[in-house]
Amino acid sequence: MLNNIYNIFFIPEIFLACSSFVCLLFGLFLKKNAFRQTSNLAVFVLLLTILLVYYDSESNFANYKSLFSHSSFINFFKILALLGSITSIIISKDYFLGIKLKNFEIPILFLFSTLGMMLMIASNNLMSMYLAIELQSLSLYVAAAIKRDSISSAESGVKYFILGALSSGILLYGFSLIYGFTGSMNFDDISFYLSKYDNLNLGLIFGLVFVMVGLAFKVSAVPFHMWTPDVYEGAPNSITGFFAIVPKIAAVALIYRFCLVPFENFYTEWSQIILFLSIASMFLGAIAAIAQSNIKRLLAYSSIGHIGYILIALVAANDDGIKAASIYMFSYMIMNVAIFAILLSLKVKNEYLINISDLKGLSKSNPIVSLSISIIMLSMAGIPPFIGFFGKFYVFIAAIEQELYVLSVLGVLASVISAFYYLRIIKIMYFDESKSEVIINFQISFQSKIILSLSLFLIICFIFYPSLLINISASLTI
Amino acid sequence: MIDWPLVSVIIFLPLIGALIILFIKEDELTSINIKWAALLTTLGTFILSLILWLQFDYSNPSYQYEEKFRWFDDFNFFYHVGVDGISLFMILLSTFLTPLCILASWNNIKKRVKEYMLSFLFLETVMIGMFASIDILLFYIFFEAVLIPMYLIIGIWGGNRRIYASFKFFLYTLLGSVLMLIAIIVMYRNTSSMSIEFLQGNYFSYNTQLFLWLAFFASFAVKIPMWPFHTWLPDAHVEAPTAGSVILAGVLLKMGGYGFIRFSLGMLPEATEFFIPLIMTLSIVAIVYTSLVALAQTDIKKLIAYSSVAHMGIVTIGIFLVNQQGLEGAMMQMISHGLVSAALFLCVGVIYDRMHTREIEFYGGLVQRMPLYATVFMIFMLGSVGLPGTSGFIGEFLVIVGAFKFSSYVVIGAAFGIILSAVYMLYLYKRIIFGTITNNKLADILDINTREKIILIPLAISVILLGIFPNLFLDPMRLSLELIITNYEIANAK
Repeated sequence: MLNNIYNIFFIPEIFLACSSFVCLLFGLFLKKNAFRQTSNLAVFVLLLTILLVYYDSESNFANYKSLFSHSSFINFFKILALLGSITSIIISKDYFLGIKLKNFEIPILFLFSTLGMMLMIASNNLMSMYLAIELQSLSLYVAAAIKRDSISSAESGVKYFILGALSSGILLYGFSLIYGFTGSMNFDDISFYLSKYDNLNLGLIFGLVFVMVGLAFKVSAVPFHMWTPDVYEGAPNSITGFFAIVPKIAAVALIYRFCLVPFENFYTEWSQIILFLSIASMFLGAIAAIAQSNIKRLLAYSSIGHIGYILIALVAANDDGIKAASIYMFSYMIMNVAIFAILLSLKVKNEYLINISDLKGLSKSNPIVSLSISIIMLSMAGIPPFIGFFGKFYVFIAAIEQELYVLSVLGVLASVISAFYYLRIIKIMYFDESKSEVIINFQISFQSKIILSLSLFLIICFIFYPSLLINISASLTI
Repeated sequence: MIDWPLVSVIIFLPLIGALIILFIKEDELTSINIKWAALLTTLGTFILSLILWLQFDYSNPSYQYEEKFRWFDDFNFFYHVGVDGISLFMILLSTFLTPLCILASWNNIKKRVKEYMLSFLFLETVMIGMFASIDILLFYIFFEAVLIPMYLIIGIWGGNRRIYASFKFFLYTLLGSVLMLIAIIVMYRNTSSMSIEFLQGNYFSYNTQLFLWLAFFASFAVKIPMWPFHTWLPDAHVEAPTAGSVILAGVLLKMGGYGFIRFSLGMLPEATEFFIPLIMTLSIVAIVYTSLVALAQTDIKKLIAYSSVAHMGIVTIGIFLVNQQGLEGAMMQMISHGLVSAALFLCVGVIYDRMHTREIEFYGGLVQRMPLYATVFMIFMLGSVGLPGTSGFIGEFLVIVGAFKFSSYVVIGAAFGIILSAVYMLYLYKRIIFGTITNNKLADILDINTREKIILIPLAISVILLGIFPNLFLDPMRLSLELIITNYEIANAK
């Protein structure tokens, strides 16, 4: 209970919302170095929010029981999302300064979007879920189009906005059907109402399908993935980094909670949809990435593929599945942070790296960087002994626990196909002889270097002490 | 006995060497330091692994030098390593061949020496780790990690079509081994254990065994390789640098045979019984078909690569006879092939370094200029053919003796393969070594130098040693193999 009115400011979400406004004003009144200072402040605010989430996990927004919920799973994903935004703000700072995009609004947009994600993860009500999704998406639409004088950035922003609005519309229609047929917006009430029935009626099935479509759009699962490569490609690299690292975490947590809380008892209904999304994402992600020459499009398809694996764990729908999802999401975040920390510091002929073929000769000029990229790629491909392998391993454990043999075999086959394009990057760096001397600059700020080294350390050394993360994930309840 | 973690030290010593090399700055002058560091590390590992053999208790069929630490809190996955009679010689083979590989690449690897040595040392760690692990997941981690250094070795330092070969190698073997991952998880789910020792007790229902067996078969048949899954091997061998081929033929192929003994025979006895006809058919086809293909090759390395597939066919026959002679023969054949084919690839490397071609047509009459080379080459060639007194004979002989208990058709197939192996090896030898020098470019080719002598003579000695004193090698492995056969017979007698 909140005895003291001041305690309200220690609720992480309220703290983050208020601090975001403070940051906004701070940036507005600063004359010099507004972008840099605001970014630093934003990182500081997010760090404090992590502390609040960690230490004050009892008294939070969950006091508004009907709107938001509270569990270890929610807290884990909140912290993951916060960590993701901190790291992506830090690694992108130099990039923004490099391309002279010094709007101080960028970190503010990230802050609001992160706030939206925290609410999304915690939401326990259709209405709060919708509002939270909109809060995070609107910030992201603006962020995608932030480079106003660039046609591609504007295009990606508009594309993202239109498709995002469409999916929100579908989502909302699904909500209205669910509300209409159950008479409640609260997840627990819906679950209670539904527990009286053996199967869903037609209206509810339609509602469920519509909501699934909307959520599949948010996690960019095939066939609702079309926006991902285009938005990744068009947006400035650092915004792409944010897109790749953070919103996926929240969207995955949301789709897990939506499937496992209100529709817990109707596994057969939603699992078919998720099963299809999962297989299609794994294979399309693996096959479509092979033909890409743009590193950002490649990473977009790679993230689509990763979503496929996370959805396998959702189809498994057991405790192992939740554990697998949290481990996989953690490894996904770490690997993406590492690869974007490198991409945002690599310059080929004074341009930031876009084409994969420009990596040619990197192993000669920057052996350490190319070694790091190779390790990240092998980890993404799921080759032991790196962290990516354990993510996949736990996903398959969950799937086999549920006797989903065919799905697991399809999963490993897709992972073999996807290994091809990860290996291709290593091939370009190491095997291809560069005829002309290519000038590749790797300039990285001290802070990003720390982030990069830490994430590489986690990728390589996870195997030596896995129990730390695994014990946390094993204790999560949805 | 030894009270310090000998096996772990052997596994991780090369990795420590690799870390040291990582911090040596590479330029023209210091690349020699890198080579020495790598050589000394691998030699140290070899000496330590000899202690393993000397202190080995011959009367103990199960694992020795065991080390066990809990690794994952949430399920029974241990860091559990140890050595038994089966893995002892596999480890020795790895530690013996790696320093020779480093020596063999002393002068002919000129670019990226540091990365090359790092790959080899990492490769040695994962190879030894794989043979020493008593936990299936640990085994799997090492088994897959082998792909990383080998992919780089073929891809960076290989020949003209190296990129094609490295991708084919990686994806082919990955496809096989990911199915094994599923099988491992299914095994864990059924028994809550990942210990290889524990799982060798026939815990699975018949139908489960069949599926598990096929999953393991997919990875080991690709690795060993069996016909028709062998197509990656000639490409990988031809494109790999000499030392890469040596490790590939010498150790990596043995991972398949080792896996068959441990997993298929040890854990899935009833399914093995069911699939024996399949294996025998594939093996005989492999022996006859690849021997004929080898006869038609114009590239020396490709010829030896196809002969490897044929020799591995003898190994799979021996393993799936599941009797004492068969298994001992298969093990001896694996060790012998590890030495002989490695040595043959090194011999090819010797003339390739001088002439930069592997076309058989190009050579002829080398005995005139290189008498010493002709002698060592002959020892290895005869070892490959299986002449009594060389290592190849013991393995082939034991397998054929064992096969008589099973079926005389298998004997005919295997014997036919052995005859063919004599045909293609002697024919190869005749074309390269004998006759007069017709190609002017060979007129002033030099005989093997000291470095090459240091590489080839230990191999020649061990090939003959293995042929004359096979018990030196058979005694340590006998009880471990008997244990597997007993388990197998108990399971199938039910």
